Amino acid sequence: MAKTLFDKVWDSHVVRSVKDGPDVFFIDRHFIHEVTSPVAFLGLESRGNSVVYPERTFATADHNTPTINQHLPVADALSANQLDALERNSAKHGISHWGLGDKNNGIVHVVGPENGITLPGATIVCGDSHTSTHGAFGAIAFGIGTSEVEMVLSTQCIMQPKPKKMRINVNGKLGLGVTPKDVALYIISKQTTSGATGYFVEYAGDVFEDMTMEGRMTVCNLSIEMGARGGMIAPDAKTFEYIKGRSQTPKGADWDKAMKYWETLSTDEGAEFDVEFNYEASDIEPMITYGTNPGMGIGVTKSIPNAENVEGGVETYKKSLGYMSFNEGDSMIGKEIDFVFLGSCTNGRIEDFRAFCSIVEGRKKADNVTAWLVPGSHKVVDQINAEGLDKIITDAGFVLREPGCSACLAMNDDKIPSGKLSVSTSNRNFEGRQGPGSRTLLASPLVAAASAVQGVVTDPRTLLK
Amino acid sequence: MAYDKFNVLTSTAYPLPIENVDTDQIIPARFLKATKRVDFDKNFFRDWRYNQDGTPKADFPLNKEIYAGSKILVGGRNFGSGSSREHAAWSVYDFGLRCVISSAFADIFKGNCLNVGVLPVQVSPDFADTLFAAILADPKTEIKVDLPNQTVTLVATGESESFEINSYKKDNMLNGFDDIDYLKNIENEISAFAETRPF
Repeated sequence: MAKTLFDKVWDSHVVRSVKDGPDVFFIDRHFIHEVTSPVAFLGLESRGNSVVYPERTFATADHNTPTINQHLPVADALSANQLDALERNSAKHGISHWGLGDKNNGIVHVVGPENGITLPGATIVCGDSHTSTHGAFGAIAFGIGTSEVEMVLSTQCIMQPKPKKMRINVNGKLGLGVTPKDVALYIISKQTTSGATGYFVEYAGDVFEDMTMEGRMTVCNLSIEMGARGGMIAPDAKTFEYIKGRSQTPKGADWDKAMKYWETLSTDEGAEFDVEFNYEASDIEPMITYGTNPGMGIGVTKSIPNAENVEGGVETYKKSLGYMSFNEGDSMIGKEIDFVFLGSCTNGRIEDFRAFCSIVEGRKKADNVTAWLVPGSHKVVDQINAEGLDKIITDAGFVLREPGCSACLAMNDDKIPSGKLSVSTSNRNFEGRQGPGSRTLLASPLVAAASAVQGVVTDPRTLLK
Repeated sequence: MAYDKFNVLTSTAYPLPIENVDTDQIIPARFLKATKRVDFDKNFFRDWRYNQDGTPKADFPLNKEIYAGSKILVGGRNFGSGSSREHAAWSVYDFGLRCVISSAFADIFKGNCLNVGVLPVQVSPDFADTLFAAILADPKTEIKVDLPNQTVTLVATGESESFEINSYKKDNMLNGFDDIDYLKNIENEISAFAETRPF
């Protein structure tokens, strides 16, 4: 029978199916970080269990870490305590740990692929909803809760009902200034923030085939923002090229054997999806959000829709615009901004810094803008320096910070002050997400860069050659 | 962590007729720094319950005396979207709630609720509207959630609807079991499976 990519990977990881219940689902790779793992370790120990396969779990500190002066002790006592707990728990149970300052440290969804831990056909979980990022490699990857973190530590399995299947096809060629982030924000604006709830998504078509691995990661990362459990893209030559030779990828005969399997990982002709959507690349322009969920996105040149033209409740919509201090019909272009945030597991990779630099090179940061540029990992920092992007950034009046999740969720000191407006390349514009009272406009690194140098929301196409 | 068994629950309910309530509202990220499960009830809906100076917002339903002590929350469509933080489900439970009713839940939040002893009850949009209208008309409106029979009923009028839950999770909730009990019990089967994995 013809199978989808998702079926092939899912079915090969089912230990058993519980009658009228979930599947017992085997996990190949498990990432942990300081915020969602401590209580799982407490649970594990209180039950007298041990970590069954410590070599399948990988710890990195990211959510709660400072992005300046990482060589100094962490000032916030609660943050320091969580970071210590991660280090202690990892050491005690024999789990690899990349703490603050480690050359492999960075945001979990950046360092996993960088180090070849993320592989096609693998099942990957982490106590973080943006684990969907790893689907870019043809893995099944999704976020889990802390109870499930404990399950994986103590049994290497979780109990999951199999999601339904959705395929999203985007064909054609993307226009000037249109990036993977815009493709994702466009899809989410069509699906709404709950349109894919209950589904696992496969992305297919020219646009994803043409995309780099970094771009595919950005798209899969944002799958959760339309409610999907995860998203995936069939591995191809680009995928294999990206992972080959990384520190943890199979080598020699193991590589050859793995390749034989990986080459089978695509959706068979005639395989069926529960639902399928088709979009055209030429309909997508640089996007920006105007509300308090990622589904509230429009082309950057468009005006904020009227309540009656929007799906869902009018009251919820008005509450959202009220929080943002925006009005129906407002144009986004020209809105004065206070902050720009470049970074996160969505857009904190080398390609995002290249895109940002392509606009700020030879220009200057606007005086009214505070900008936080936060690379996703130390490897990204090294690459920025190797390519000379650091000089472009400095010459344009920006400062590069140290890796971490930073202002994406503002657990550390990188908080956007109340009432301030930020153009952010991260993934969520929820109320207070970037700090209590903060207001977020989600956009691509190009829109962020253009807005950073102009001081107002700007269409990057006006600055691109 | 162990939770109390769930069987039949009859209670008044807090109404929260806002759509797309995300887990950053249920428990903001800055309150996720604990290494133990303590105090999550205090920061449940922190920024909707309190002003930035720490004074309570009198209008917010969770602060209204008239609903105090309710064990059910009726929320708008797409409740619990966003982050996978189980802290959101803990804060629901630790606040004293055992059931959230909505016309749609985000997947991860729903799964987390089931794992910590909070019953997510998905009803039709019409029935959700009926519940909201009844509570707003009379804050003392009681709702009966019957897990064995999988029904949710407006006590005063008898209006009722059935809800879905798979029999495995239902059995867990009725008995206070969790998935780790099940998984540890089939350890040998899992280790045999692990042997077959190529990487």
